[in-house]
Amino acid sequence: MFNIEKYSKVKSVSEAVSLLEKNPRARLIAGGTDVLIRLREGEEDYTELIDIHDLAELMDIQKRENGDISMGAGVTFSQVMENAIIKESIPVIAQAAGTIGGPQVRNVATIGGNICNGAISADSAAALFVLDAVLEIERVNGARELPVREFYLGPGRVALEHGDVLKAIIVKQENYAGYGANYYKYAMRNAMDIATIGCAATCKLDGEVIEELKIAFTVAAPKPMRAQTAEDGARGKRVTDENIEKIAALVMEDLNPRDSWRASKNFRLQVIRILAKRVITAAIEDAGVQR
Amino acid sequence: MSVGIAVERKDALAKVSGRAKFTEDFSVKGLKHAVYVRSTIAHGRVIKIDTQKAREIEGVRAIFTYEDVPKNLFATAGHPYAIDRAAADVADRLMLTQDIRLEGDEIAIVVADTELIAHRAAAQVEVEYEPYAALVTPEAILAPDARKIHPGGNVVGAHSYEVGGEIKTAEKEAEIVLEGEYSTAMVQHCHLENHIAYAYMEDGDNIIIVSSTQIPHISRRIVSEAINFPLGNIKVVKPFIGGGFGAKQDVIIEPIVAFLTMKMNGTPVQLNLSREETIATTRTRHPFYGKAKGGMTREGELKFLDLDVVSVTGAYASHGHSIAIAGGSKTCTMYPRAVIRYNAKTIYANMPCAGAMRAYGTPQVVFITECLMEDMARKAGIDPLDFRIKNVGLPGDTNPYNKQKILTHGLQECLIKGRELFDWDGKKAAYVDKKTGVIRSGIGVACFSYASGTYPGNVEIASCRLILNPDGSVHVHVGATEIGQGSDTAFAQMAAETTGINYADVKVISTQDTDYTPFDTGAYASRQTYVNGQAVYKAAVELREKILSYAEKVTGQAKEALTIAGDRVVYHAQPETMLITLRDLATDSYYHKNRGGQITSEVSFKTQTNAPSFGCTFVAVDVDIELCKVTIKQIINVHDSGKIINPMTAKGQVHGGMFMSIGAALFEELLVDETSGRIYNNNLLDYKFPTITDMPDLDCAFVETDEPTSSYGVKSLGEPPTISPAPAIRNAILDATGVAPDRLPMSPKNLFEQFKQAGLI
Ligand SMILES: Cc1cc2nc3c(=O)[nH]c(=O)nc-3n(C[C@H](O)[C@H](O)[C@H](O)COP(=O)(O)OP(=O)(O)OC[C@H]3O[C@@H](n4cnc5c(N)ncnc54)[C@H](O)[C@@H]3O)c2cc1C
Repeated sequence: MFNIEKYSKVKSVSEAVSLLEKNPRARLIAGGTDVLIRLREGEEDYTELIDIHDLAELMDIQKRENGDISMGAGVTFSQVMENAIIKESIPVIAQAAGTIGGPQVRNVATIGGNICNGAISADSAAALFVLDAVLEIERVNGARELPVREFYLGPGRVALEHGDVLKAIIVKQENYAGYGANYYKYAMRNAMDIATIGCAATCKLDGEVIEELKIAFTVAAPKPMRAQTAEDGARGKRVTDENIEKIAALVMEDLNPRDSWRASKNFRLQVIRILAKRVITAAIEDAGVQR
Repeated sequence: MSVGIAVERKDALAKVSGRAKFTEDFSVKGLKHAVYVRSTIAHGRVIKIDTQKAREIEGVRAIFTYEDVPKNLFATAGHPYAIDRAAADVADRLMLTQDIRLEGDEIAIVVADTELIAHRAAAQVEVEYEPYAALVTPEAILAPDARKIHPGGNVVGAHSYEVGGEIKTAEKEAEIVLEGEYSTAMVQHCHLENHIAYAYMEDGDNIIIVSSTQIPHISRRIVSEAINFPLGNIKVVKPFIGGGFGAKQDVIIEPIVAFLTMKMNGTPVQLNLSREETIATTRTRHPFYGKAKGGMTREGELKFLDLDVVSVTGAYASHGHSIAIAGGSKTCTMYPRAVIRYNAKTIYANMPCAGAMRAYGTPQVVFITECLMEDMARKAGIDPLDFRIKNVGLPGDTNPYNKQKILTHGLQECLIKGRELFDWDGKKAAYVDKKTGVIRSGIGVACFSYASGTYPGNVEIASCRLILNPDGSVHVHVGATEIGQGSDTAFAQMAAETTGINYADVKVISTQDTDYTPFDTGAYASRQTYVNGQAVYKAAVELREKILSYAEKVTGQAKEALTIAGDRVVYHAQPETMLITLRDLATDSYYHKNRGGQITSEVSFKTQTNAPSFGCTFVAVDVDIELCKVTIKQIINVHDSGKIINPMTAKGQVHGGMFMSIGAALFEELLVDETSGRIYNNNLLDYKFPTITDMPDLDCAFVETDEPTSSYGVKSLGEPPTISPAPAIRNAILDATGVAPDRLPMSPKNLFEQFKQAGLI
């Protein structure tokens, strides 16, 4: 039994925006897979809900004329996994989606809810980070765009203010075309788990030389992080085992995993180092160099 | 013919179609909901409790605290009453307590119109504590100046024995001696249906309790003791139950709901624990800390096993030291020709309370034994499988512990069969060069033995009532409870087999109701097929005899010439010639004005034997050294459970047991902070119960011995499958990596520490 005091199902994003404006305590609910957990735990700040799930304008996936791909915030992970555009152009998002929860969760959980929730373990975050995704955010006095890398502020905190609705996630063509990519979720079991460490990488090659490497981690710092130092260190390097080891060793420069009863810091560091190596290797292979 | 055939489970359709009714599915008019107020500290005493604010919330009907409950301590373990009071379970519980012994101890309880209101009110109850240092590790608990968790001290029970000769002598004969320390983790049953019960009063002075319990008759007795209410005026009803695995072989929430309805003038009150409450505050599996020593000759003859274990029962005794007693005794049936010393102690701790859990202490002691056996074989340079084949018991051996002759002992046969099915020797050769690099492969084996009930520790009483209905069908009333293991199906098969009546025409009444269900102590100890099977057999023989006698009366044919074939009575010699249908015969018995009567039989029988069952696990693993992850490539359990009543449900039992043991081996561990007693992970996100995607294909095979002490040649199978997979996996990890994990679970974060220590990473 949930303590829901007020509930409105809206018909459009603009209706949601104006309702939010009028109700300072109201919160959005999309798939509800994070919201209902909080309600079950008796949290009091989700007792007034504005329901945006199944809004057609939030469920569109399209490739624009310029090749940019836009995904509505209300797209579920099952839809992400099955969508032809995504599978064709940015399969790493589908790969990440496939690691979330289980089929029942993926059928309702939305990609927008995943990042708006602000969890440092969000499985879509690392992939969106290496794709340099841009967020389209709607509010009463107009829309704005924000790179996903600037969206996370800290554990559970994102750059949304009351009244904001995430509308769409844009991946620009220049950030996926010609890139190989990979995502690896390291967790204690194969499904229904949050990541101990998540790692995504995209890589563009010039023959056997790394032209551009992007690598991001979740749960390796107080928010999802790109490992900038390693990325800089990779530029112009030939693809050799030795170089991959060296690049992998650099990821630690930008990360600071926690020590907790769930996993010790040393254990997380071990996983980070190995994932860096394996995910970079897989992204390189995906980009066309057989290792 | 019905026994030995893979007939469909009696409850299959009801369950898969969602029509089976569980405790929560009954709608009760005016039902109120109870929620506990639980302690936020692990050790201490309540010095002040204020319920005023909570009482003012609309919809709150009543609040009771530790001040309101009877002060008679009671024992909760689901054991039969012990006439010898010295053997009785430890009585250390009150329904609500002022003395706090674990985080989440029950201080007070709120009853309200809805669960939500009750939860909010419970949060408003103000409690002040005098906190004490939490005692979690055996060292802290057993320290001379440690505070007593219960007035009697911190040791719940202890015993030791030395059988089969003297360790001192055996130690001299042994050419190779090895010592090791091995420990197992606190795990939880994670049965699908949490603990739930409701109670109401009828006709003024009767309490009716509907509960998800494995032990309705025992539950009735313990409720009577806890609330001082006449046993005969309490009725416990057990509907379909969503798993128990021992967590419901304990009387946990029935006393309080009975108390509440009694206090509230018969108002129906339900208590429906959350998953978090179920994991932290019902029952767990006792963690064991073992010091073990073993000796053998160079040729591989096992000389002795010397086991010293500490079992942690947590905040309350529950099944207490019985677990360590039962767990230890199995080693003697496995290796009956060795000298065995067993020294065990059970202690309290400010942790979740441990109780019965599938295989009752045996997985713990077998883990310790089979790690030691493995390490000895390796030290001696002997193939670990050969070592076991050479030393396991054989039919005709005497169990040195209880001096009973072991009539059927299929363990060696299981090992030999498994060797072939698994291709042990082929894999061993193939894996020789897979011991280096990032991914390493290994194989492991472990064996176990178990019992088919609790005799002579406890009485083994079972009953069966058979009724021939007017339409010729048969009703079976048994006190043995179906808890998912398939006992109703097995009993129907037995009754059909022995009477000759069609399986489809035999219906087992699945709901136990202590007002009219014949007495049985319930589902535990893998006892039901073995123990209740004998009552079913005897009742079926009697029913058949009565039917044939009545057929003689009706048809005038000598009953010796007659038999039952499906739905009719026929001539033995001419089964195709029908004499009378069972329907006509039954109708006659009920409605003929001058003869007959309802044809029934009823048997209550005490079994005074206890057949050991056996088996083993073979497993092949890949270990990703860098990521500290184990992948099971192949796993197979081979069992000697005597004759198999139903190959399909037997396989299901084995799969489920293997699943649980793989969980305990690689994933599960309920974590408690060593200084504060805080429980970290009493939820299914942080308690890493494996998912179906984590499971390899599970294989099993049977060696069918014919056990002469049971009615259908059966021995136990309910719990056994969950004993040997964990040590077999441990031994395979050792084979692959050269690192010998000495504690469970072998989860990535624990393996990381061990691999690091060993210099692998
Ligand atoms: C069993 C289970 C397993 C899970 N496994 C995983 C997993 O493996 N990996 C993982 O990353 N997560 C997992 N989760 C968490 C959750 O499913 C995801 O974070 C999911 O993507 C959340 O989406 P939702 O639509 O359900 O969000 P909701 O619960 O509806 O909302 C989450 C938050 O985002 C806000 N919000 C939602 N949509 C918008 C929007 N368009 N604009 C602004 N704010 C918005 C809400 O107000 C709320 O604060 C799991 C959850 C469960 C229950």
